[in-house]
Amino acid sequence: MNGARVEFRGLRRTFGATVALDGLDLTVEPGTLIALLGPSGCGKTTALRCVAGFEHPDAGAVLLDGKDITRVPANRRDAGMVFQSYSLFPNLNVYDNVAFGLRVRKVPAAKRRARAAELLELVGLPAHGERYPHQLSGGQQQRVALARALALEPRVLLLDEPLSALDAKVRVALREEIRRLQLSLGITTIFVTHDQEEALSVADQVAVLRSGRLEQVGAPAEVYDRPATPFVAEFVGTMNRLPGRLDGQEVEVAGQRLPVHGETPGTPEVDVLVRPETVLVTAAYDGEAVVLTSSFRGASVRLLLRTDDGTELLADLPAHDAARLAPGQRAGFRLVQRPVLVGPRTTVSPPATATAAAD
Amino acid sequence: MAPLTPAVPAAAVPAAAPPAGRQGRARRVRVWRGVVLAAAALYFLTPLITSFVFTVNDPVRGFTLDAYLEIFSAEGFVQSLLLSLGLAAATIVVVLLLTLPAMLAVRLSAPRLRPVLEVICTLPLVVPPITFVAGISTVLRWGPDHLAATPFYQTIIAVQNPAFPAVLVIAYVVLALPFVYRSLDAGLGAIDVRTLVEAARNCGASWPHVLLRVIIPNLRAGLASASFLTLALVLGEYTVARLLGYQPFPVWIVTISGSNAAMSVAVSIFSLLFAWLLLLVLSTAGTRKRSGS
Repeated sequence: MNGARVEFRGLRRTFGATVALDGLDLTVEPGTLIALLGPSGCGKTTALRCVAGFEHPDAGAVLLDGKDITRVPANRRDAGMVFQSYSLFPNLNVYDNVAFGLRVRKVPAAKRRARAAELLELVGLPAHGERYPHQLSGGQQQRVALARALALEPRVLLLDEPLSALDAKVRVALREEIRRLQLSLGITTIFVTHDQEEALSVADQVAVLRSGRLEQVGAPAEVYDRPATPFVAEFVGTMNRLPGRLDGQEVEVAGQRLPVHGETPGTPEVDVLVRPETVLVTAAYDGEAVVLTSSFRGASVRLLLRTDDGTELLADLPAHDAARLAPGQRAGFRLVQRPVLVGPRTTVSPPATATAAAD
Repeated sequence: MAPLTPAVPAAAVPAAAPPAGRQGRARRVRVWRGVVLAAAALYFLTPLITSFVFTVNDPVRGFTLDAYLEIFSAEGFVQSLLLSLGLAAATIVVVLLLTLPAMLAVRLSAPRLRPVLEVICTLPLVVPPITFVAGISTVLRWGPDHLAATPFYQTIIAVQNPAFPAVLVIAYVVLALPFVYRSLDAGLGAIDVRTLVEAARNCGASWPHVLLRVIIPNLRAGLASASFLTLALVLGEYTVARLLGYQPFPVWIVTISGSNAAMSVAVSIFSLLFAWLLLLVLSTAGTRKRSGS
């Protein structure tokens, strides 16, 4: 089984007045796992459904290994899909669910059974063949759905938020397993998710979408460390917005001068985007900030600080360094000396805590 | 889901009540259950039992089953019964073939047309059968004159074939639409049709395959209830058949009842039991397959 190259070319799709895809251009290299990440309504699921054939773009094309498949009916496409909602056929047991596609292709019964057994082994459910979907947990159902999607040895695997209905622990375990499977099979995989942690942890490439357009695509570390736009910066991970003042290619913020990365707005008054982990906090009686809250997260502690000029910011630091930084204590802070993104000045606002999924 | 939400606090109330109160309440519920059941039983069984007594009690000879035995030897019994069953079978097949694909298409690709389909399918309920049959007979009379020169002339003759009046099937399909629509709508609402269809299409299934292997097996309960409502309707329909001049089972019962009072009541009881039996077979067939799958 090897992966195909998937290309989106100028994909456009509107639903009435809503623009779901607005000229999406994206290439997925063979054998890689790409995560389509974005807030709801950004068009990520529509893009995926265009590859599966359930959605037809108004303009543009989907190419599989250079071949235009835009008009190929859904049942003749070389792509297996796992859905967000539980999609197993309730009237069939697990074996028959996995072997459904093989049966459609009239594969002999013995071969079907062997292949289904092999796939169930692969997804870690070798002993569940005779059960019915309603006898399985949510995680098990999605594993079976994964086995079913892989049964026809497709060259593209499409995952439409397959983990969103599962509880946290199962979600993490299953995403690791999906990644392991994907690597061992070398299948091109498109993983739609709104959970940035999920995207960053399993993908080779993360594509951030916004309003039907591609905002940035790159390796997880690249998207996180060098976000191309303020939108990406705030959607992926958590960002502080601190007031700063542009001065040439540098920006003055919180008494420091930091190099600017990316575009600058026309005005000198800007917001500087700073990650909580790049804020270095030390306990100091004469510090310029006061700790408002402190939330313990096991390995780290997230502090909410307020500076004397009223700006609030978040800072992450190792748990053992935070012992003396209880709420009400004064503290000093410094920003790590590295290039920062700046955006146009917004009104003074509390730190942007990206998405709910960030926590 | 929505109607379930207000039920939760209501269900929590008896659990929160003290045990003694709960016990008393449980007993009250049981008593009321019995009262309702008894009242309903009285309402339904009294006419049945009195009818039965009337048919088996001869003032001269005492207990006799002659009235029932006569049914089977009466002229036209087998013929009319078979005709009714044939009509029922044909109606079920036609009405399901018409509605199921239409409802699926509306659900999957034109959800905004759903209210339109619903209104169309419910309309037959508000049209009185007498109006309906008047319309049909007008068309049947008008047809031959205007269609004489076309191939449809043969069709309009053929649908009126007394051996198997297809025109009745057409009429019954219309009359059964509201019941079939309701049953199938409930059945389709219970499964995630779109996801199942897409999952099957993704596995390479063609549309007919999706319909036969995915939709129908998961819609058995809905299909069974649609079928037996239609069956009950056809076995009991009198107006249309009588006014168009055919003699299926219900019309035959009325015809025969004029000559022999005891036998006419016996026939009614027989047809009731027969219909019950058929419905029982149909519904158990539906549930057995469901649990066996």
